[in-house]
Amino acid sequence: MTFYLATFYVLGAIAVLSALLVITRRNPVHSAIFLIVTLLSVAGLYLQLQAEFLAAVQIILYIGGVMVLFLFVILLVNLEVTVRQEPFNRMWWIAGVAALVLLGELAVTYYLGRQAFAIPVTPAAALQPNTELIGRTLYQTYMLPFEIASVLLLVAMVGAVLMARRR
Amino acid sequence: MVPTTHYLFLSAALLTIGVIGVLTRRNLIVVLMSIELILNAVNINLIAFARQLASVEGHVFAIFVITVAAAEAAVGLGILIAFFRNRETVNTDEIDLLKW
Amino acid sequence: MAELIDALQPYLIPTLRVVIAFLVLSLIAAAMIWIERKVLAHLQVRLGPMRVGPHGLLQPIADTLKLLLKEDIVPAEADRFIFLYAPVISVIAALTPFAFIPFAANDRAPDVNVALLFIIGVSSLGIFGIILGGWASNSHYPLLGALRSTAQLVSYEVALGFALVSALLLGGTLSMRGIVEKQAELGVWFVFLQPVAFFILFVAALAETNRNPFDLPEAESELVAGFHTEYSGFRFALYFMAEYSAMVLVSAIATTLFLGGWLRPFANTEVVIQGFDVLSLLDWMPVAVFGFLTLWLLKEIPGADSNTHRLALLIFAAVFGGVAAALLLPGVLPAVQGVFWFLFKVFIFLFCFIWFRGTFPRYRFDQLMRLGWHFMIPVAIVNVIFCGIGLLLWQQWDWNLAGAFWVGNLATLLVALLLAGRTPAGQAA
Repeated sequence: MTFYLATFYVLGAIAVLSALLVITRRNPVHSAIFLIVTLLSVAGLYLQLQAEFLAAVQIILYIGGVMVLFLFVILLVNLEVTVRQEPFNRMWWIAGVAALVLLGELAVTYYLGRQAFAIPVTPAAALQPNTELIGRTLYQTYMLPFEIASVLLLVAMVGAVLMARRR
Repeated sequence: MVPTTHYLFLSAALLTIGVIGVLTRRNLIVVLMSIELILNAVNINLIAFARQLASVEGHVFAIFVITVAAAEAAVGLGILIAFFRNRETVNTDEIDLLKW
Repeated sequence: MAELIDALQPYLIPTLRVVIAFLVLSLIAAAMIWIERKVLAHLQVRLGPMRVGPHGLLQPIADTLKLLLKEDIVPAEADRFIFLYAPVISVIAALTPFAFIPFAANDRAPDVNVALLFIIGVSSLGIFGIILGGWASNSHYPLLGALRSTAQLVSYEVALGFALVSALLLGGTLSMRGIVEKQAELGVWFVFLQPVAFFILFVAALAETNRNPFDLPEAESELVAGFHTEYSGFRFALYFMAEYSAMVLVSAIATTLFLGGWLRPFANTEVVIQGFDVLSLLDWMPVAVFGFLTLWLLKEIPGADSNTHRLALLIFAAVFGGVAAALLLPGVLPAVQGVFWFLFKVFIFLFCFIWFRGTFPRYRFDQLMRLGWHFMIPVAIVNVIFCGIGLLLWQQWDWNLAGAFWVGNLATLLVALLLAGRTPAGQAA
């Protein structure tokens, strides 16, 4: 069991550290690389949580799709200026304080409500076979949201094409 | 087994980092990437609770979140490219006109 | 400590498999250099490499040595760290998926129930090696090559994904082993039920591996060498190996999904002549192949150029002869049947890759994108729809297996013809 805890700490540390690097690097390509690292370690955490289908989706869609799109746009918008400019805006310290307050609130909430999470963790078998269960839930219980999500994707696609098109 | 609280704290950390990124960075691309961080923090919570409650509904919602994230990235980057074409910049401080 | 070993147990076999894949694929990549040059040469009625060793057989060793000993140049303005590690990403992405591919029925590949998704996901990470390598070089041609490559890979990945969907609909599972076992159970390879999907997969695989006629990222007449223009020596060799490993990988995926993986051809049929099943002679194919190679090498010895060449031929003949003899030992032949047929099919694919390179002219970039978005993806989607209908007809309404799917295939072909008529290839995008 300590092995699982160790993997959690390693993956979690990698995720948080590279997330910090994402928002502090000047060069957007470096940010993107560290975001990829974060996403990969989060995929590892999904595996640990018996969500192998989602781990695969994370790798295919997020890393193989969305991040490639990001890098592609960074290469298209290859801006030398951003590397030399000050990366943070003028109000960075207000934003920083606000975000830290948010973190503090979350931490206090979790600490006060820790009893609620002390429920013994249910056996892994409940989530297996993962793909089949997700498929059934998605196509039976959540059929309508699923269709709406597909319409959303269509709208996003049309919108992106319209906006990026040369006039 | 790793207790659910651990995952909650990890996701709170990622969320905060994402929020800081959105609020402070000047480069619009990095702002969009920070939004991805926030969405990932949400997904970690959903899946941690899915395991605690032994229900795949959390996974299903995470899939919806990923769908929205993909749509958001596509539209956001589309806007970014359109903006870059007009103003030759992706700096959030200079995006201050409601109508061009 | 014992607990740690227990916890690590499930990770050992996959890791070992990746290490073995690395070793074997290095050999295959080296051999492919020779095979590709030789086959291309013979397609063009040339001789190809002839100097290093008999028939250039030792050429791979010379090439490898050259690449390893070359100076490893990093451009002055390059983003050093990314430049150095981008090729490694490509290699890792191309090798890791081999952990999940079962090469034989008795192969203990981890039988993950989302194996196919993982293979596709991890192999699609190879694109980052290309983008980052092209960007980090800080030079125009690599950047353009990387941009082209990204656009191409993203476009064709959609078609590839849809082509895989029809195979996994038929197989009813995402597990690679499960898909092959389903083909064994039905007694028909999926290529005969879903030829259109197989065709789409093959074309998309050519595009995904940047092979001719879709090798635009490295079109030498336009972009010097594409994303790896600035690379030399060992790092160039890594890109090279990643490309060939990716070829082997897509061939292995196509073999598993559509060509019955480790299954022998006609595994379920018998042609009995005088009480003897003629088709069971196919079981002896491994011995025949290696025996033939040995005999051919021995035949070449008298006509060789020098004594060194004769010695080299003799060594190669001894190795192949040794393999053939080892296959004749009791129990060996049944054990290697699966692996042999799997690799046999993979090599047929690799041969086709080379054959296409020698045959087709390169596409123009707008033609490539038009083909991808206006033809391949619509046809792939229509094919998935008809595959689903076929599945319904077959399982719910008790249609004949072949009939149910071939109606859909013909309908897809009709749609494809209509689409092909609507999109003239020369028209600008």
